Amino acid sequence: MLVDHFDAFAGGLWNTFQYCVLAAIGALILGAIAAIFRISPIPPLRWVGTAYVTIFRNVPLTIVLFFSAFGLPALGSNADFLRIPGVEEIVPRLGIDLPFFRFALIGLSLYTGAFVCEALRSGVNAVPPGQAEAARAIGLTFTQNLRYVVLPQAWKAAIVPLGSVIIAMIKNSAIAAFFGVLGELTYRGYNLIVEDNQPVIPTFVGITIGFLLMTIPLSLLLDRVERQRAVTR
Amino acid sequence: MRMKRVAALAAAAALALAVGACGDNGDSDSGSSGTSDVTFEAGTTMEKLNKAGKITVGTKFDQPLFGLKGLDGKPAGFDVEIAKIIAKALGISEDKIEFVETPSTVREQVIQDGKVDIVAATYTINDKRKAVVDFAGPYYIAGQTILVKADDTTITGPDSFKDGTKKVCSVTNSTPATNIKTYLKNETAQLVLFDVYTKCLDALKNGQVDAITTDNVILTGYMSTNEGMFKLAGTPFTEEPYGIGLKKGDDKFREFINKTLETSFTDGSYAKAWADTAGKYDKNEPKTPTINRY
Repeated sequence: MLVDHFDAFAGGLWNTFQYCVLAAIGALILGAIAAIFRISPIPPLRWVGTAYVTIFRNVPLTIVLFFSAFGLPALGSNADFLRIPGVEEIVPRLGIDLPFFRFALIGLSLYTGAFVCEALRSGVNAVPPGQAEAARAIGLTFTQNLRYVVLPQAWKAAIVPLGSVIIAMIKNSAIAAFFGVLGELTYRGYNLIVEDNQPVIPTFVGITIGFLLMTIPLSLLLDRVERQRAVTR
Repeated sequence: MRMKRVAALAAAAALALAVGACGDNGDSDSGSSGTSDVTFEAGTTMEKLNKAGKITVGTKFDQPLFGLKGLDGKPAGFDVEIAKIIAKALGISEDKIEFVETPSTVREQVIQDGKVDIVAATYTINDKRKAVVDFAGPYYIAGQTILVKADDTTITGPDSFKDGTKKVCSVTNSTPATNIKTYLKNETAQLVLFDVYTKCLDALKNGQVDAITTDNVILTGYMSTNEGMFKLAGTPFTEEPYGIGLKKGDDKFREFINKTLETSFTDGSYAKAWADTAGKYDKNEPKTPTINRY
């Protein structure tokens, strides 16, 4: 059965992969911005960062996706700003007129961004305070301080939790199937079961293999990074 | 001290269970004693259900006019009334019917797993489904049509989707979704599928899609709950026979349901079921379909 429907699984895997790569990029950007906000010396920025994390980390992903798929349009947005020239050519689904792929992308990025922010912030907090104080003492500005002293060290401590966040995100991407993202891996499997009357268990084995193909290489990579870090310390 | 508290809790739980079990026994006893006015051949599903004095029916809980769970917690609609007619013929009283929610995607599964005895849930009879479950009926012939916003004049029928600009919504694992695909130029850009129709309604209200397509009865149901907002475009372009789903191979039970439906067509109970539910919004008297004994 897995061999017969290889096309469906491979196509689904490819779509999920595209979705995850784009969402990961979005989440990393959002998370980095939020993290900088949260550690910045300006109180209003800190408030914004904290509010963002508090909301999106504490609301179920389904709700976030629901709001992005049905709340954004109510506000009059079809998320057309995501039709980025160039990227649109590589991922044609970004450009089509049915905007649910874009909505799901926004939802997943916003949700994961909150976790990315906290992973980054924990990395920053792992840098001994003396480092930042010393940097300030030699006259570096806040930005320079982050850029040359704190973030390079924070990155090392944050990379493993970040990896876990991204792995969790890949698994969470399955929920998009229920918000109009067609052709994604879980959706394809679901479709095989309900429209072709394929047996349930082999189909889910196929879906599992698909997700493992994405998450296991990532885990292995993280293990390597962690080991290298252990050696250099 | 802590141990004692745990023990006390366990005892209390055991007691509650025992009491509950007693209650259950009492229930089913009184049920079977009140339903002995019909008898069935031993070993059949009818006999089993009649003896048990209760039946489990899968229906929709979100389908206005056919199966919609109201604030009182009881589903109401045409499918529900049909289920009551069948239950009555089995000698089971109305309050002994247990309704469970069966959205489109799980109908075959719950029948195969034996979680329900029958499914009456706007269930179109088709060959793919016949391979895994059996159908009695049809008890109603619906037809697929298209719902658009009340002020939309650009969509007149399924052919309006052929130029590739109009977008349409339906639900996964539904016959309408498969049917409409033949009219689409580009499936990825024109078709979006959700798990429930209410999401389609939101997408239509918000303007991401231009139309929703499914059986006429479902669409009129949504027209009834959103008065004046939507209209039907064109006439039905398919025939969707609704059947009662049951376990594959249970031919005696199927024939029993078929006979029950035929009786209801003539004795007025079918017409009454229609008039009390969908007939309030759909003024066309349904043509009583011919039972399909495939």
